[in-house]
Amino acid sequence: MPSLKDLKNRIESVKSTRKITKAMQMVAAAKLRRAQEAAESARPYAERMNAVMSGLAASVGGSDSAPRLLAGTGSDQTHLLVVMTAERGLCGAFNSSIVRLARAKATELLRAGKTVKIMTVGKKGREQLKRDFAKHFVAHVDLSDVKRVGYDNAQGIARDLIHRFDQGEYDVATIFFNRFQSVIAQVPTEQQLIPAKFDDGEGEAASTLYDYEPSEEEILADLLPRGAATQIFTALLENGASEQGARMSAMDNATRNAGEMIDRLTIQYNRSRQAAITKELIEIISGAEAL
Amino acid sequence: MADTMQFDLVSPERRLASVQAREVRIPGADGDLTAMPDHSPLITTLRPGILTVVSAEGTNDYAVTGGFAEISASGASVLAERAMPKGEVSAADMDALIADATAEAAEAPAEAKDAAAKLVADLQALKSALGL
Repeated sequence: MPSLKDLKNRIESVKSTRKITKAMQMVAAAKLRRAQEAAESARPYAERMNAVMSGLAASVGGSDSAPRLLAGTGSDQTHLLVVMTAERGLCGAFNSSIVRLARAKATELLRAGKTVKIMTVGKKGREQLKRDFAKHFVAHVDLSDVKRVGYDNAQGIARDLIHRFDQGEYDVATIFFNRFQSVIAQVPTEQQLIPAKFDDGEGEAASTLYDYEPSEEEILADLLPRGAATQIFTALLENGASEQGARMSAMDNATRNAGEMIDRLTIQYNRSRQAAITKELIEIISGAEAL
Repeated sequence: MADTMQFDLVSPERRLASVQAREVRIPGADGDLTAMPDHSPLITTLRPGILTVVSAEGTNDYAVTGGFAEISASGASVLAERAMPKGEVSAADMDALIADATAEAAEAPAEAKDAAAKLVADLQALKSALGL
């Protein structure tokens, strides 16, 4: 049975924890709105880019002159997994759900006898993957100093990836990130980045016959690196919004838990205080009776 | 014939303009061109330069680098990797871009040397066109 003083201290400490989680929740809510706006305003560019590129890819893709970023190296022996996670924790299952997906993919590829290389973006994913896959790590991108993810960051990553591709370090690159659906739902997603793939189900762009200046091949060669950067940028933004959403709901839960804990402890505190008073009274009364 | 068309200028981070334009002067990779309503469908890549939009509200200039323009009969959209209203570009921005491009040109493999050098020259031309 803890003493009254212990209980009191305990209640105080849970109360201050609750204050912190509450504050974190509100900060996450504010950041989430900003992150969502950023993701929103990036959408027109990404959509247009994708539409034009899939149109181009459909018309150039079959020919022998297709750029390597589209056609690939012709083998799929070496896979590069780009795992994008957050720099900070305390955001529920956000990081571990991405890591779980990446880990499953890596294990599957290794079992199939492929070579796996891993590039991590964000500290948390690196920490979680270190135990099993440390020897597969090839690079790490640190975004902890970046307050607001900009296109420059995405471009830097894309440039590095393409450079490695040109050097023949890998055949297929896949990015892993959380797609933002709502505050409570983030969907871990894997997306093949290189060789470029387009969901050309609609094929709207192909319906109009465009003139190309310079030639289709040249435009495509120029656009593919930009397309990769755009995809990474979109992924980073989605990830940012997901992270804040996940943190918000995790902190909301934590705040509620702390509240319940305080209630429970307060009842326990009151009971034991009452018991102590009753005990004292009994002692006084029985003392008086003995006289 | 319609005398205006929908014009959009978007960069990865935001939409800079979405107006009914009478004409748009675009710095295409193979030379400048002006898009007016009912232009034949065309896709062209951009070189660094100044993009001019003439609309009912007047004339707006933007500095753009990298990306492409998609022109159809009913409108034009420009997707630029970097785009800024002309007045907001600072000399420091341009210097940083030129320094980047110069560094890249130095590293570029032989067959891409010309293109990289042209990019640097285009950026320098853009800088002086902006009067910086």
